[in-house]
Formats: sequence, C-alpha cells, structure tokens
Amino acid sequence: MQDLAILFRGNNLRRLLGGLGVTLKLSLVSVALSIALGLVVGALMTLKNPVLKAFFRLWLETVRIVPQLVLLFLVYFGLAKAFNLQISGETAAVAVFTFWGAGEMGDLVRGAITSIPVHQRESSAALGLTRAQCWRFVLLPQAARRLVPQAINLTTRMIKTTSLVMLIGVVEVLKVGSQIIDAARYDAPQGAIWVYAAVFFLYFIACWPISLAAGRLEKKWS
Amino acid sequence: MNDKPILEVRHLRKHFDGTGVLEDVSFAMREGEVIVVVGPSGCGKSTLLRCINGLERPDGGEILLDGARIDGAADLVKVRRQVGMVFQSYDLFPHMDVMGNLTLGPVQALKQPRAQVEAEAEKALARVGLADRAHALPRQLSGGQKQRVALVRAMLMHPRLLLLDEITAALDPEMVREVLNVVLDLARDGMTMLIVTHEMRFAEAVADRVIFLEGGSVLEDAPPARFFHAPETDRARQFLASFEFDAVRQPPKD
Ligand SMILES: Nc1ncnc2c1ncn2[C@@H]1O[C@H](COP(=O)(O)OP(=O)(O)O)[C@@H](O)[C@H]1O
Ligand SMILES: [Mg+2]
Repeated sequence: MQDLAILFRGNNLRRLLGGLGVTLKLSLVSVALSIALGLVVGALMTLKNPVLKAFFRLWLETVRIVPQLVLLFLVYFGLAKAFNLQISGETAAVAVFTFWGAGEMGDLVRGAITSIPVHQRESSAALGLTRAQCWRFVLLPQAARRLVPQAINLTTRMIKTTSLVMLIGVVEVLKVGSQIIDAARYDAPQGAIWVYAAVFFLYFIACWPISLAAGRLEKKWS
Repeated sequence: MNDKPILEVRHLRKHFDGTGVLEDVSFAMREGEVIVVVGPSGCGKSTLLRCINGLERPDGGEILLDGARIDGAADLVKVRRQVGMVFQSYDLFPHMDVMGNLTLGPVQALKQPRAQVEAEAEKALARVGLADRAHALPRQLSGGQKQRVALVRAMLMHPRLLLLDEITAALDPEMVREVLNVVLDLARDGMTMLIVTHEMRFAEAVADRVIFLEGGSVLEDAPPARFFHAPETDRARQFLASFEFDAVRQPPKD
C-alpha cells in the first residue's frame, strides 16, 4: 500500500495528468476532424455513383480490417522508410485516427440518413414542402437523433484507442505511466499497479461522462 | 357541385422497367365530386394517385388540374400544394408532436402565420375528436388516431383535391370506422376526393362515381348503385364476388 506513494512522489502526478492532456488533445483534434469530414463523406456515401461506392467500401474495409496499431506503424515508420519523410508521432496519430474516424463517422451518417423510411420523404413532398424544407424539417432532424448517440459512442472509442500512440513514442498518459514505473522499479516494486490504476482512472473520467451523455440521448430520442 | 372539371386524366400510361401498369387511363372529375377507385391488388391504383401528385412521372398521356397540365410540371411543389395525399402507412413525422405535424405545411410551404394555423388546427382536431391530443407524439397515438391526424394535416393545406390511398388498410377493424367517418364528413362538406379503398360498403356510401381499374385501363366508370348492383363487365362481377363469402351450412329446411 505504501507504494501508492510513488504517484505523489516528485511531479509524477503532474506528469500523468500532462500525459492525459496530450492524449485528449490528440483525441479531440482527431474527433473534430473526423466529425467534420464524416458529415461530408456520409452525404457522399448516400449517392449511387458506383466509383464513389467502391472507393468508400475499400476505405471502410481497410479501417475495419487493419488494426489501428498497424496503420500507425505504417504511417509513422513506413512513410519515413519509403519516402524518407519524417513526420512527428502526433501528426501520424492524428492522420491515422482521422482516417479511421472519418470513415466510421461517414458510415454512421450514411446509416442515419438511409434508415429514414422513403414515405417520410414522400409525405413531406405531398405536403408541398420543397426539397430543402424536406431535408431541414423532416429528414435531417430524424437523422440527427439517430446519429448523435452513435457519434458519441465513436468518440469514446477513439479516445480509448489513442492509448496506442505511446507505441510510436508520443508522450502521453501510458508512456508517462511506464516511465514512472521504471524509475521506481527498485524502491516501489508494487508501484506499477497503482500507476496503472491511476491511468485507468484517468481514462475513465475522460470517457465516462461522454458515454453517460450518449446513453441519455439514446433513451430520450429512441 | 358545378360542372367545371377539376381534374382530367387523358390516356395516362405508366410502365415500370418495361412492364405496363397503367396503359390507357382516362377520366375526369368535377369540383366537389367523390370518386372511388377500386380494382384487384397490383392493378395500379396507387400508381395512378402517385402520378397525379407527381410522386411518379407518367410515361404518356396528360394530367390537367383546373385545365393546366401538371404531368411533368416543372413546379411539382406548387402542384402538391393544391393536391393533398394521405397514404396507407402511418406517415406522420415521428419527431414532431401532433401540432408540429399539422402546422409544418401551412407555415413552411404556404407561409401562413403560425398563430392562425394553430388556431385552425385546434378546431380541426376537435372536429375529428382529438382535441386533447395536440401535444401527443405520433407513437403515443393509435393507428386510427394517426390516420385522423394525417387527414387533418392534408386538409389544413386547403387542397383543391384530396387523394386517399387505402388509408384504412393497415388499421385494426375497430378503428376503420372512426377514420372513414372523418372522410364521410369531408365528403358532406363538398371536398373533392379521389379515394382508393377496399371497404366496399364505405365506397358505396361515399362515392358519386366508382372507377374500376383493371389491366391498365378503366373498365367501368359508373354511379355506385349501378357498379355494385349491376356491373357491366365479367371482370367487375368477379372482383365484387371476391368480397362475398358462401355460407358453409345450408339454412335449415322446414
Ligand atoms: N416503384 C416501382 N418500381 C417497380 N414496380 C412498381 C413500382 N411501384 C409499383 N410497381 C408495380 O406496379 C404494379 C402496380 O402497383 P400499385 O400501383 O401499387 O397497385 P395497387 O395500388 O393497385 O395495388 C405492381 O405490380 C407493382 O409491383
Ligand atoms: Mg396500392
């Protein structure tokens, strides 16, 4: 139990929180980009153009089949090797997470739009609404009610997955965690458990309010 | 009732992927007239109604509303503001309460002041027995209540012509009557209506004329008394017979 103290030794706690800060920054930038791009991508996904369809299919299959970790290595080390292009770990992480998030978000948007029954469009047309009015008052509000809880769910998944970036050397919460553990290997051998507990706790407080909000919205709008 | 045709359909033709649904459909209807369209399932009744308010594009022929061509009209939106339609499925907007459903068209499409539309909507709801449901969501209503709201929603647009496509077909039998009573009420008020229904007793009660659609064209066009009791074609006789049941047991002889 006294090994718990390594959390409070020196500036360890500040370093852990700083790590969480980097994580959240990476996540939030990727999430914001993914949502913005995903809205456009999702609208394009509803089009019937066969070339676009094949392209989006390939994109989605890629991000679903290839693990994010592999994508990270490919972008971070692969780009450096293939084109002698050295990008920062943070850039690589944002690029990979946005590539993933925009694809998934696009698919959620597509699903939300296409799940609205045709007769919703037809009965609003029969009421004399213009196409734009039909989207604004009938189709988009219904799509949004479906989309928002799912988008929040995707956001929490993205935040959790950012823990992977420590494997390419981006300083963030897990990396700080293992540094603290290493430094304290001899004088606090049980420290690891407390450090990981703290890391778990930090991720929990970052994701829990978000998934709580998602659950509420889902109940309210279903 | 005056004699000016409000709607004229001339030689209307509509094919889907090469198979003909409507081959040559012609009829005209006067202001205030109620026409019931009957015919076997799949004969193109819905297609006919959908062509009239521009949800389907005809392949041939003409449709005129108040003497002006509306088929392939550039301004379908304007046409639909004059031609109301209620469908078989419950097509209320699920994210809006009853009042929201009722005011959307008049406020957004016709740019009427919201307060005025709401006052009118409240009166109309009371008339169909739903005065206390103005703030209910569609999912809190029964099927019959939803269709009454859908009828009110169409009527608040003050259409020249109202198209009803099997509006009771998805309802439990005990709810059919409350919906059809509203339609009978509209007919008494002089609303011009083109109605597709499988409720033959209702058709007989509400119709000024019955149109029998079969094989892509109008086989009979007659007042209900004649169509239901002395149809001219064998097809119509067979169709009407499909609504009858033969008694299983013979009546006792004594
Ligand atoms: N959008 C469509 N695409 C292809 N076929 C259709 C379409 N709409 C209707 N049909 C076909 O046209 C025929 C007539 O349909 P419909 O007008 O719905 O008949 P009814 O309302 O008299 O039962 C049916 O055989 C139906 O399968
Ligand atoms: Mg039909």
